[in-house]
Amino acid sequence: MTTTPTAAATHGAPLVRLSLLQRIVRNPIGLTTSIFLLIVLAIAILAPVISAFDPAATDTDNLMVGPGGAHILGTDSAGRDILARLFFGAQTTLISAVVVVVTAVSIGVPSGLIAGYYGGKFDGVSSWMANMLMSLPSIIVLLAVRAAFGPSILISMFVFGILITPSFFRITRTAVMSVRNELYVDAARVSGLGDLRIISKHIFTVVRAPIIIQSAMISGIAISIQSGLEFLGLGDSAMISWGVMLNEGFRNIFINPMLVLWPGIVISLTIGSFALLGNALRDALEDTQKLSSKSKKVAAAAQAEVDHSAAPADAASHLLSVSKLSVGYPQGDGSLKKVVSDVSFHVDKGEVLGIVGESGSGKSQTAFSILGLLPGNAKIATGHIVFDGNELVSTGEGAISQKAMTQFRGKRIAYIPQEPMSNLDPAFTIGYQLVRPMTEVLGVSKKEAKVRALKLLDMVGINNPERVFKSYPHEVSGGMAQRVLIAGAVSCEPDLLIADEPTTALDVTVQAEVLDLLRDLQKRLGMGMVLVTHNFGVVADLADRVVVMQYGRVVETGDVREILRSPKEQYTQVLLSSMLEGKTPMTMLTGNAKEQ
Amino acid sequence: MSNVLDVKNLDVTYPAKGFGKTGFKALNDINIHVGQGETLGLVGESGSGKTTLGRAILGLAPVTAGSIDFLGKEISHASRRERRDLSRDLQVVFQDPYTSLNPSMEIGQILAEPLQIQGLDGAAATKRIAELLDQVGLPSDALHRLPREFSGGQRQRVAIARALALSPKLIVCDEPVSALDLTTQARILDLFLQIQKDTGVSYLFVSHDLDVVRHISHRVAVMYKGEIVEQGPASQVTVNPTHPYTQRLLMASPVPDPDRQAKRREDRKALLASQAKLANA
Repeated sequence: MTTTPTAAATHGAPLVRLSLLQRIVRNPIGLTTSIFLLIVLAIAILAPVISAFDPAATDTDNLMVGPGGAHILGTDSAGRDILARLFFGAQTTLISAVVVVVTAVSIGVPSGLIAGYYGGKFDGVSSWMANMLMSLPSIIVLLAVRAAFGPSILISMFVFGILITPSFFRITRTAVMSVRNELYVDAARVSGLGDLRIISKHIFTVVRAPIIIQSAMISGIAISIQSGLEFLGLGDSAMISWGVMLNEGFRNIFINPMLVLWPGIVISLTIGSFALLGNALRDALEDTQKLSSKSKKVAAAAQAEVDHSAAPADAASHLLSVSKLSVGYPQGDGSLKKVVSDVSFHVDKGEVLGIVGESGSGKSQTAFSILGLLPGNAKIATGHIVFDGNELVSTGEGAISQKAMTQFRGKRIAYIPQEPMSNLDPAFTIGYQLVRPMTEVLGVSKKEAKVRALKLLDMVGINNPERVFKSYPHEVSGGMAQRVLIAGAVSCEPDLLIADEPTTALDVTVQAEVLDLLRDLQKRLGMGMVLVTHNFGVVADLADRVVVMQYGRVVETGDVREILRSPKEQYTQVLLSSMLEGKTPMTMLTGNAKEQ
Repeated sequence: MSNVLDVKNLDVTYPAKGFGKTGFKALNDINIHVGQGETLGLVGESGSGKTTLGRAILGLAPVTAGSIDFLGKEISHASRRERRDLSRDLQVVFQDPYTSLNPSMEIGQILAEPLQIQGLDGAAATKRIAELLDQVGLPSDALHRLPREFSGGQRQRVAIARALALSPKLIVCDEPVSALDLTTQARILDLFLQIQKDTGVSYLFVSHDLDVVRHISHRVAVMYKGEIVEQGPASQVTVNPTHPYTQRLLMASPVPDPDRQAKRREDRKALLASQAKLANA
């Protein structure tokens, strides 16, 4: 990791960290739903004060009066004021939601914490119980509860809270398990921190966010269940609640449909608000930055200024010629953040070009541009990539022309990735993964492809090709997997091989073997090669010429001996002086340990 | 001079998963010692058990046999309470500066944690934290920042500051420079050397990189498949190794010059051939 990209942040003003509340308020949906729910809460609390009528008082002279007049929303079949009943009904609704969430959180979260942190028997038993609870049909349980304990909505909600406990248990357990083995938890253990302190300080912070989101969602579900029960006539009809109103209104729906409308509206709005607030909370907690449509337009405009002057005249004489290449990512404010600027180099047939740099130097981005594998939002702002006389950059799109690329990639241009294991699909055998591209891209028969694959595996130094051919990726070592990928890359006898840190993930003894293999294949097949690496030893081993990159720019280009023995640029000198080989042990390398 | 750390005949076996299976023996008969102000480099490839050895000393791996003597006390089965006392003298710096710092805690809180456990609070803690930041070369305004606002090298400085907080006698460094860029690695190695010079702390320095271990260690132990195959002064083990595995390791490490590297390649091939001949004989 280079220090520089963040150095600006470190020495400049501290990054502004918005609180959760601020982030929710900035989101229109978050703002609207929180205001609505706060109003519902205020009404519930202030119902006795703001309501003009007693919600239980019947007025037999005014049965089912329409809206307007003294009764603003009219009266129901017993002549009770609808608005007053809506106000008081909010109390029942919110209390129900609170009962469910409090019950579920207070059982689910502690048990999830213990199960996730300690595992073992408690985890086994509690997971089994959670599974059992989830398999219970909740409506039937609630009906049974009503039969046993009478029509108390609070008891029903308490039981529903227990039934929904597994959703909190599972969220908590999964979150805890994902951080239980993090190094910072180990560091706390080494410090002698007790389990209770570790859980409260280091682990609870991870589960807090998902619990808040889940609570909002569950509140909405609780209200819908509560209203549903009452609508079915399973609630306490003496209580004032929206569900009871819905039930009564439904009975008179042919006489006065408005009676269903009002409770229906408030129930839908409240449930919807909780669900949307849950979404807004998730967005706020995950802090996703989206490109607004406006800034997308600006980004598109920035791309229109692309300079596509003609490729240099000698471009066609090289196997690969990259000239004045700039690659950038559109930012939220419409600017283009350049990760590669004005990079030019060329590779001849049978030549190995090493691209060296530290993280953030743009070396991998350059390699991915040549392969046409940049992420979708990346833009090639300027420059040309010419492979064997064919322009690969499509001027209009600001990207590699996939049409031009498909005739080369996998046929004349091949790729070796850094992480061998993550580039093999664990679901298929190695043989299948070697045979498939050959039948697809080269159009050979399956039988012939298998013969070729076995020959390739033998060629990359695998002792028992038959066995590896039948193996799944997890059954072979990292070095073996990299040999397999190299076999796949050279299966088409490419003219150009692009290797992105091909030995970085390997042990040093395996690295030496893979380097031997690459050198041997490169000589034998006469391939041109772009070798991206951070290791000067690897460069010295393979490369003929070297490009040194820093911050997306080329610092220095030259013959490998020239660059490694007498670098001209200061940055290259600093890089080489950081090498430990040949230094006197126990001496300072940089002169000042505290210098950043 | 008595040793800070004495490990004798140490075995670590991870328990088996499921009935009827034998556990995985990660360490077999390990004997090492670290003197005061000394660095013991522990080098080996992935799966060699070098990290497990560090974790066993820290109480994070199950010790099944043998003893770990730290400052004259047997600690292989120390309780959590004993660990709390030990943490004053025994600390750790992990490999990955991204996951070894709690992402939701400010740097100040991270550094205050070990101090609070030992009952150091308030002004004394604030003063100590300022000293630490200065010692590892971080700006004093780092206190109220989150780890994600720092680069890998800077985060590793924070992790080193946390380890130094209680002025320990021994720091277990588990691949502390492996995730860093070349120039950052050089600066962090300098920092380790400077701190040792200033405080006389001992290091158990675990790394897969023979060059790193040669640079920072007084003595070096080479691990292979859960055992120590060679141990001795750094100048001998990392330059003229006697064990075949160490010889292979040394020859596999590429040098930054095409012609010397070509020579090393030839030497390596010759070595492998002669070792194969010996094995067949």
